[in-house]
Amino acid sequence: MPVPKVIGTETEFGINVRNDPDFNPSLASSLVVNSLVDPRLRVGWSYDGESPRRDARRPFTEAFAPDVDGSAANVVLTNGARFYVDHAHPEYSSPETLDPLDAALYDKAGELIAHRAAASATRLLADGQRLALYKDNSDGKGASYGAHENILLDRSLPFGRVIATLPTFLVSRQIISGSGKVGAENGRSATRFQITQRADHIEELVGLETTLRRPLVNTRDEPHADERYRRLHVIVGDATMSEVQSLVKLGSLAAFLAALEADGIDDDLALANPVEAAWAVSRDLEMSTPLPLAGGGHATAIELQWRYLELAEKHDEGRYATVIAEWEGLLADLEVGPERVADRLDWAAKLGLLEQYAARGVSWDDPKMAAVSLQYHDLDPALGLHHRLVARGMLRRLFTDDQVDAATREPPTDTRAWFRGRCVERFADALVAANWDSLVFDVGGERLQRVPMMDPLRGTEALTADLVEAAADAESLVNALGGTR
Amino acid sequence: MTDRERIKKRHDEDEVLDDVDAGAEEAPSVAVDSEEVDDLLDEIDTVLEENAEEFVRNYVQKGGQ
Repeated sequence: MPVPKVIGTETEFGINVRNDPDFNPSLASSLVVNSLVDPRLRVGWSYDGESPRRDARRPFTEAFAPDVDGSAANVVLTNGARFYVDHAHPEYSSPETLDPLDAALYDKAGELIAHRAAASATRLLADGQRLALYKDNSDGKGASYGAHENILLDRSLPFGRVIATLPTFLVSRQIISGSGKVGAENGRSATRFQITQRADHIEELVGLETTLRRPLVNTRDEPHADERYRRLHVIVGDATMSEVQSLVKLGSLAAFLAALEADGIDDDLALANPVEAAWAVSRDLEMSTPLPLAGGGHATAIELQWRYLELAEKHDEGRYATVIAEWEGLLADLEVGPERVADRLDWAAKLGLLEQYAARGVSWDDPKMAAVSLQYHDLDPALGLHHRLVARGMLRRLFTDDQVDAATREPPTDTRAWFRGRCVERFADALVAANWDSLVFDVGGERLQRVPMMDPLRGTEALTADLVEAAADAESLVNALGGTR
Repeated sequence: MTDRERIKKRHDEDEVLDDVDAGAEEAPSVAVDSEEVDDLLDEIDTVLEENAEEFVRNYVQKGGQ
């Protein structure tokens, strides 16, 4: 049975300090995160119940300790998001959303939040230094960092169905999920430019890892929800800055998974060699390479995406109409060529910029090309080339600046993120810690009060606004919840 | 007509309508406006670090997922 597709994104930002090549990335990341929220209002993160080593392929019997550093900077925001240091990067985890448009909006809001934090941190640095953040996935020297997509699945869907179908969808989706990269990495075949930043870092079909031997299907089984659900953790997409692209990247995945849960995805589409195909699709700017299918025959990435679009549309009950229209428009234009989608896809916008730069006589192996590619992702609106293209009207937007700004403060209304965000806004002084599925309050009694939120579809504005907005303080809220739980 | 042909036909029809609408108000924007890109490239040196080679070489990231 299809379950509502709750979506959340995680973005690890690249970090650099201008004029300080010896900066410590972990300390700089802490500086960024701690620059965002007044310490008096800072709500920390609780690691209770986290199980990142739990594997969807086997019963959960082993007790693993979460691999986290409890002292790292880590805040929960009024929009329901988490902003924190993950090893050597600032990371933004968006609040849970239901509509793919909201998922794209809150992903975009994360850029603005991270940029503001970086600008605050820069004021603490020496003159001439700048703390720069990049929404990219590769340093061009073999290190990659992720843009993860999380989507709620029905736990009764056998995970084998995901393993059988998802790789082909994700490999073909690269033509609408890539943000473009100059050159090759990780020992893969040389190329001047490729569609994605991430493909060269994909090494396995299925696995639990996220930092090495990265798989097309990640089996981390950590639902942050009750046992009716699974959280699919997709680690092979690129971080996208184009709003239309983020919508279609996330929305097509959600619509595909809804169709899969309705038993509507054909197995005969499966690629024979998905990992090799991922590298090939990323290098094929004409998008015309026939990819061998497991059951015989061939299909191009565009042909596969047309088929997934048809199947998704057939099983859609109206939720994905906007996504499907944009998806369809992209595929039709991709058939003409990258120049037709430069107003919607980061990789094509970047390719257009680089080709025109090359036409001025800059060679493709000139470091200036890699510098332009990197600078595309700078979050600073004055310096980032994506932002400069948007300011010139070269990329189509879905949201106004005011909508993005509001999303940095206000939570989505139709998931538990609403309850989390509103409690951070109203009761930060009594909120000891928060995480995806609970809030912990100190209301002055002998024991801390833990409020579980195991269902991502509850804790919405419709279900809890009366309680939250009527409560004069955290104690009244906890008492009121005690009466209803 | 297959599903794919149906979807493509519908898209082509939409496109004709879009073009009519756009033409009625202002010149339709094209996906790649080389003049705009040219202007952006004219000012690229104000955006890029002075030493592109050093900038790219120093962009080294650690510990990513």
